[in-house]
Amino acid sequence: MYSTTYHRPATVDEAVALFAKGSDAKYLAGGHTLLPVMKQRLAAPSDVIDIARIPTLIGIEASSETLTIKAATTYFDILSSADVKRTIPAIAHLTSVLGDPAVRYRGTIGGSVATNDPTADYPAAVLALNATVKTNRREIPADAFFQGLFTTALENDEIITAIAFPIPEKAGYAKMRNPASRFALTAVFVAKLKSGEIRVTATGASQDGVMRVPVIEQALAANWSAAALEGITISEEGLMADIHGTSDYRANLIKVMAQRAVAAAG
Amino acid sequence: MGVEGIGASVVRKEDRRFITGRGRYVDDIKVMGMTHAYFVRSPHAHAKITSIDVEAAKAMPGVVDVLTGQQIVDDKVGNLICGWAVHSKDGSAMKMGAWPAMAPETVRFVGQAVAVVIAETRNLARDAAEAVEVHYEELPSAHHIAMAIAPGAPQLHPEAPGNIVYDWSIGEEKAVDEAFAKAANVVTFELVNNRLVPNAMEPRAALAEYNEAEEHFTLHTTSQNPHVARLVLSAFYNIAPEHKLRVVAPDVGGGFGSKIFIYPEEMVALWASKKVRRPVKWTGDRNEAFLTDAHGRDHISKAEMAFDADNKILGLRVKTHANFGAYMSLFSSSVPTYLYATLLSGQYNIPAIYAEVIGVYTNTTPVDAYRGAGRPEACYLLERLMETAARQLKVDPAELRRKNFITSFPHQTPVIMAYDIGDFGASLDAALKAIDYAGFPARREKAKSEGKLRGLGFSCYIEACGIAPSKAVGSLGAGVGLWESAEVRVNPVGTIEVLTGSHSHGQGHETTFAQLVAGRLGIPISQVSIVHGDTDKVQFGMGTYGSRSAAVGMSAIFKAMEKVEKKAKKIAAHQLEASEDDIVIENGEFKVTGTDKSIALPMVALAAYTAHNLPDGMEPGLKEGAFYDPTNFTFPAGSYICEIEVDKGTGKSTIIKFVAVDDFGRLINPMIVDGQVHGGLAQGIGQAILEQAIYDDTGQLVTASFMDYAMPRADDVPSFEISHTTTLCPGNPLGVKGCGEAGAIGASAAVINAITDAIGNNKLDMPATPDRVWHAMQAPLQQAAE
Ligand SMILES: Cc1cc2nc3c(=O)[nH]c(=O)nc-3n(C[C@H](O)[C@H](O)[C@H](O)COP(=O)(O)OP(=O)(O)OC[C@H]3O[C@@H](n4cnc5c(N)ncnc54)[C@H](O)[C@@H]3O)c2cc1C
Repeated sequence: MYSTTYHRPATVDEAVALFAKGSDAKYLAGGHTLLPVMKQRLAAPSDVIDIARIPTLIGIEASSETLTIKAATTYFDILSSADVKRTIPAIAHLTSVLGDPAVRYRGTIGGSVATNDPTADYPAAVLALNATVKTNRREIPADAFFQGLFTTALENDEIITAIAFPIPEKAGYAKMRNPASRFALTAVFVAKLKSGEIRVTATGASQDGVMRVPVIEQALAANWSAAALEGITISEEGLMADIHGTSDYRANLIKVMAQRAVAAAG
Repeated sequence: MGVEGIGASVVRKEDRRFITGRGRYVDDIKVMGMTHAYFVRSPHAHAKITSIDVEAAKAMPGVVDVLTGQQIVDDKVGNLICGWAVHSKDGSAMKMGAWPAMAPETVRFVGQAVAVVIAETRNLARDAAEAVEVHYEELPSAHHIAMAIAPGAPQLHPEAPGNIVYDWSIGEEKAVDEAFAKAANVVTFELVNNRLVPNAMEPRAALAEYNEAEEHFTLHTTSQNPHVARLVLSAFYNIAPEHKLRVVAPDVGGGFGSKIFIYPEEMVALWASKKVRRPVKWTGDRNEAFLTDAHGRDHISKAEMAFDADNKILGLRVKTHANFGAYMSLFSSSVPTYLYATLLSGQYNIPAIYAEVIGVYTNTTPVDAYRGAGRPEACYLLERLMETAARQLKVDPAELRRKNFITSFPHQTPVIMAYDIGDFGASLDAALKAIDYAGFPARREKAKSEGKLRGLGFSCYIEACGIAPSKAVGSLGAGVGLWESAEVRVNPVGTIEVLTGSHSHGQGHETTFAQLVAGRLGIPISQVSIVHGDTDKVQFGMGTYGSRSAAVGMSAIFKAMEKVEKKAKKIAAHQLEASEDDIVIENGEFKVTGTDKSIALPMVALAAYTAHNLPDGMEPGLKEGAFYDPTNFTFPAGSYICEIEVDKGTGKSTIIKFVAVDDFGRLINPMIVDGQVHGGLAQGIGQAILEQAIYDDTGQLVTASFMDYAMPRADDVPSFEISHTTTLCPGNPLGVKGCGEAGAIGASAAVINAITDAIGNNKLDMPATPDRVWHAMQAPLQQAAE
């Protein structure tokens, strides 16, 4: 009843074909979300299709305008990439405070973005930087990709192949870790794009998953500085409240983390 | 060879196997024909079982049998016992409800076992467990003390009206009333001592084998005290007579108290192994550990302290409600009474103390001893009260403590304990120096200029260890004696085996106990092996908890060694044609003082076993045993100071420096002592800022995984500054006091005192999570704005 068939396809097309054959197939990347859920028997896929070893899904490329991280690239590889550090150091920092070394050796950016956990780190970067989620069939802008808790624009059998981040003028990330899980209790990504647009996102805060924070975006558009955020108030409406933090605490964290992210961005 | 004796920081002998993965834990053991057990557990906090249908499960592949609570009751397996009788103020016995190993009718906490599937593999058992159909009729439940004692609260057990197990008191109420009547100042304080989950690294496990031909059981289990387990399984649970039941606790990966108790799962495994006529293994997973390992702490207290005009303490009044969970676990009754209230005098001269403790049933996991057991609760209450008093009386917290320290010994407290020795001023002085107390105001200012809040917190703890004189604990209601036993076997070629009733599950006995023996004989520790944890090998023993293994366990070895040495000296004197009184033992040799005549230990041992030439009338062999029963508890004590920085924006506390000055008496292996202190401090800090078991409105344990239950990680704790002051314990031959729990006892108060000092708001309960601290920081600001 809980047995599953493991597949290791060599190409994306092969993976999609295998997916179609299974009655309830799932892709497997780093396994750091899927496997714990299977162990708890909250998921019982008929087929597990390992896409983490498909060569075209691994690697990092940087041009003058874009940093492209392929979907099955591990956090560890992202963290150790000179291209990432040079082009968007905020992503290197974000990755360094994600999970622990064991998680970072296995977990992948594609898995994180596909999961869209409301307390995950990567969705904040993808949305703030207005990145493009590339799949085996289309390109999805970040604004259209994240659709609430654990929900994305992906079709059931669609595979993320890469995330293309426009290289911003400035970006920063500040994370308050959940003391137990070390996911984001609330974290904020601030970005000043080369177009001049300012985008600010918070993760771990909203009941609907990763969110934009317009009040902060407006304040920073007027004055890009931590001090500019001193007087603002964030509404606690719609924010999560759980054993680790009340909604007013999270509202405070959005502001405080935004200030620190701006400071980090320079 | 003295380099490996007492006082030497030799590397732990056992670590070679642990570090290389060669430890042998219960789950590592596989036997022929072994089956696997998986429990069906209650999803409800309180419910009546209306029906159980096991037929579908029984028909599943690989299922050997499915057994239910009614069957275990029908087979007359005894209910779980509580081994310490505590009486209420009015003299009545504690009011206990029955706890069958699997629930036949009513479940009273989420996770309580109702049935067990025995199958060929663990996964098949787990699959079939999902097919066991249990129908419940949900009952209203109470998961907190306040809910359980409220008028009209759901009633857990018919035997305990109002869910009150006992209403106990200690000390003299009248004397305390008089003290308060003449007080110049009274300090009042209310606090919660948060519920903790022990989280030993190795989850509990059991492997039960029944040999039909011999009518004999063998149980391998994760126990801190295998002999006590055998005694209880035999005498109370009717599994088998003691000589037909072998209990082995092989390598055990941590206990912190949670593996003292005999749990339903071990009982069921034994019972089932006979029923299915196959060995049965059960290994708990982490979720089961969260739901079923006895939790710790969980008190609500109100405390009041009376001071005279000179700030000397006149009296202390305490009222505590203690949460026992749904059933009374093995030693639960003693924890908030004799292990807690007897320590309420702390390091202070308090002429009058009166404490009331009300034990309460709730629909939660049973609560019992967890590292420190009662003493952390006492220390936390008293040291927060002292800090609060210092702030209220506007005096230096160190000076207020010093002014009230007990300075002459022995000292009889108003709450049973008679402290034998200590020097509380010395450890406080050392701690103040180590933290650079004089420099703190400047450090605080500097932090302020950087936008951070700095605080300093004290905790001067005392604990009672080496549990303890059998006569004394017997008079207080304990169902067992608390001595320890040892046997020293010198083999014919001079190597030595020590059989001890203590049990090592992380403490390093294989090293420290060997150091004692090796040091006395002047031989390397590699020639000494420690044997423990097997009722077939070791004479009776009481096991390891309450920091008792050095003070009691090693003292028993000391006594056995004295006997061995005495006999060996007689043999040596006979061989060397000298007087027994002239023989000294040095570097593994028996020497005639003042001469160059000597005989090596192996030759003495060989002579004992060949028995060709022994003194007239002497029995052959060289092996002696001893039972040691101490005359008093031991009283480790010390001063902890924590310097903390609170992030104003997030409420996150970072420990800048933690100074621990302990008086443990003589140190056997300072490196191991440091390790014990580090671990204890980490657990104390964990309780202070991270850990808490939380039940939701329906009685579900919300924090049933590490995703929600925050354990201290390496970066949550600083690099500790540890040092020692020493007064040798007069109560045992080694002068040792015990060090296993001190850190967990003393640390929490120091941390919270530091945080409340930093934020200027004393209303803060553990765990001081960033969220709570941030809210506490907003409170005074709001007041100021009003
Ligand atoms: C102890 C621990 C701590 C953690 N801490 C953090 C943290 O601090 N911050 C944080 O953000 N996360 C954290 N995580 C989660 C971690 O980042 C996961 O790795 C991530 O959520 C999922 O990535 P994965 O590669 O492991 O995916 P998997 O678990 O393999 O898959 C997850 C889901 O995504 C789907 N999927 C995977 N790849 C693709 C793809 N290319 N296209 C389409 N669908 C795909 C799978 O089908 C599956 O449904 C933690 C996890 C653990 C176990």
